[in-house]
Amino acid sequence: MHSSYQAIVVGTSAGGFNASQALLSGLAADLNAAVIVVQHLPKQANDSMISLLNEVSQLPVKEAEEKEPIRPGIVYLCPPDYHLLIEADRTFALSADPKVNYSRPSIDVLFESAAEVYRARLVGVVLTGANADGSAGLKIIKQYGGLAIVQDPGDAAYPEMPQAALDAVEVDTILPLAKIAGKLNSLIVATGKDHE
Amino acid sequence: MDDTQDLQNVQIELAMLAETVFRKYGYDFRDYSEAHLRRRIKHAMQKLNAPSISALQHEILYDKACFDLVLKELSINVTEMFRDPSFYRLLREEIIPTLKTYPFVKIWHAGCASGEEVYSMAILLKEEGLYDKAQIYATDFNARVLQQAKEAIFPIELIKEYTANYIAAGGRQDFSDYYTAAYDSIILSKSLRERIVFSDHNLATDTVFGEMHMVICRNVMIYFNQELQDRVVKLFADSLCYRGILCLGSKESLKFNANAALFEAISETEKVYKKTGRQ
Repeated sequence: MHSSYQAIVVGTSAGGFNASQALLSGLAADLNAAVIVVQHLPKQANDSMISLLNEVSQLPVKEAEEKEPIRPGIVYLCPPDYHLLIEADRTFALSADPKVNYSRPSIDVLFESAAEVYRARLVGVVLTGANADGSAGLKIIKQYGGLAIVQDPGDAAYPEMPQAALDAVEVDTILPLAKIAGKLNSLIVATGKDHE
Repeated sequence: MDDTQDLQNVQIELAMLAETVFRKYGYDFRDYSEAHLRRRIKHAMQKLNAPSISALQHEILYDKACFDLVLKELSINVTEMFRDPSFYRLLREEIIPTLKTYPFVKIWHAGCASGEEVYSMAILLKEEGLYDKAQIYATDFNARVLQQAKEAIFPIELIKEYTANYIAAGGRQDFSDYYTAAYDSIILSKSLRERIVFSDHNLATDTVFGEMHMVICRNVMIYFNQELQDRVVKLFADSLCYRGILCLGSKESLKFNANAALFEAISETEKVYKKTGRQ
């Protein structure tokens, strides 16, 4: 029997706004897991993106705040120009550490930190992007027993990032973007309801 | 495999390593954010080829050179000149005019790292005519980065970004007026260093050292746990005069802080507060 998933971490870069919109619009309103999204964005990236995502998402979307408790059923976006880390007590920590893979936030940094806390109860998702961020993190998610889902590179606006993840990791599922939300809904609903 | 227990073991090992560092070398990381420690210690383990946190702890205890490397890993701090230009614009337009009403102004940059933001402040004060009646105290617990800050030498490839930030922050001159380039570095003008005193101060263990009109502590407290953040905000309140200004990083806030009531927001967006509570 699979352990239930408590959190979904999503990494995306170039083409990521449209991909996030598509993904979030498909997530079920009663999804019993936290969704944490890292997207490479310019520094000035803003609240307008959050409000646009809120329009399409049935789950509330907000920026992850320092020391904020992580709750199921909420979509958290990483603030621009900070790395996002997860504390053992399931709160967020921000870091102004040097860029990783030329990026801050870095997908690898979030994935690794989340894997160390959520372990087998974590799903990692890599979507469209034009670099290799996320591959190393996805590998660590697998090492801790979590689940790895990657967007089919043939379906991605920018195939490099999902392709790099596929090259680096033995992933569990490869899907076109349109089917990823449905997969997540069934994973969480199927196993998550009777847990905290 | 029992996941919960594995994570607990990591937490115990980290706490014991921090305790060892404190007892042996006096640096106090015991109230640092655990997620942050986990990441930095993992890096140190990779660099030193340590198979576990406990093995690293043992090496730290018996080998000072190993500790030095871990300390370096634990105190990496990156910033840039005029980071978050809109913050400096707010200082220029709204805060400095008020500070100018004082006969003399004392400013404390707590956790100044390699000094980029301290020198940004010096430039701002100069352009706004406050520099000559200001004293800036720039402190950090790490002697190595303080030395770097004193030298005021920065890599030349960063200048493009700094210049863009300077302009966005409302800079009134050519940014190149403030530095001399040589080979692959720039050195900031001596006049920018005249009114800055660099000194060793550890926010986790040291106390108030003077009454300040403004405290700047940006992206430092994000590395602390809630208890230490609470203590440090109290330390800033104790250091500030009534209506003194506290500036935090753009994603930091007093929202979850036990001493938030001592301050009132001037700008929630830029995280600029004034002290209104009296102890």
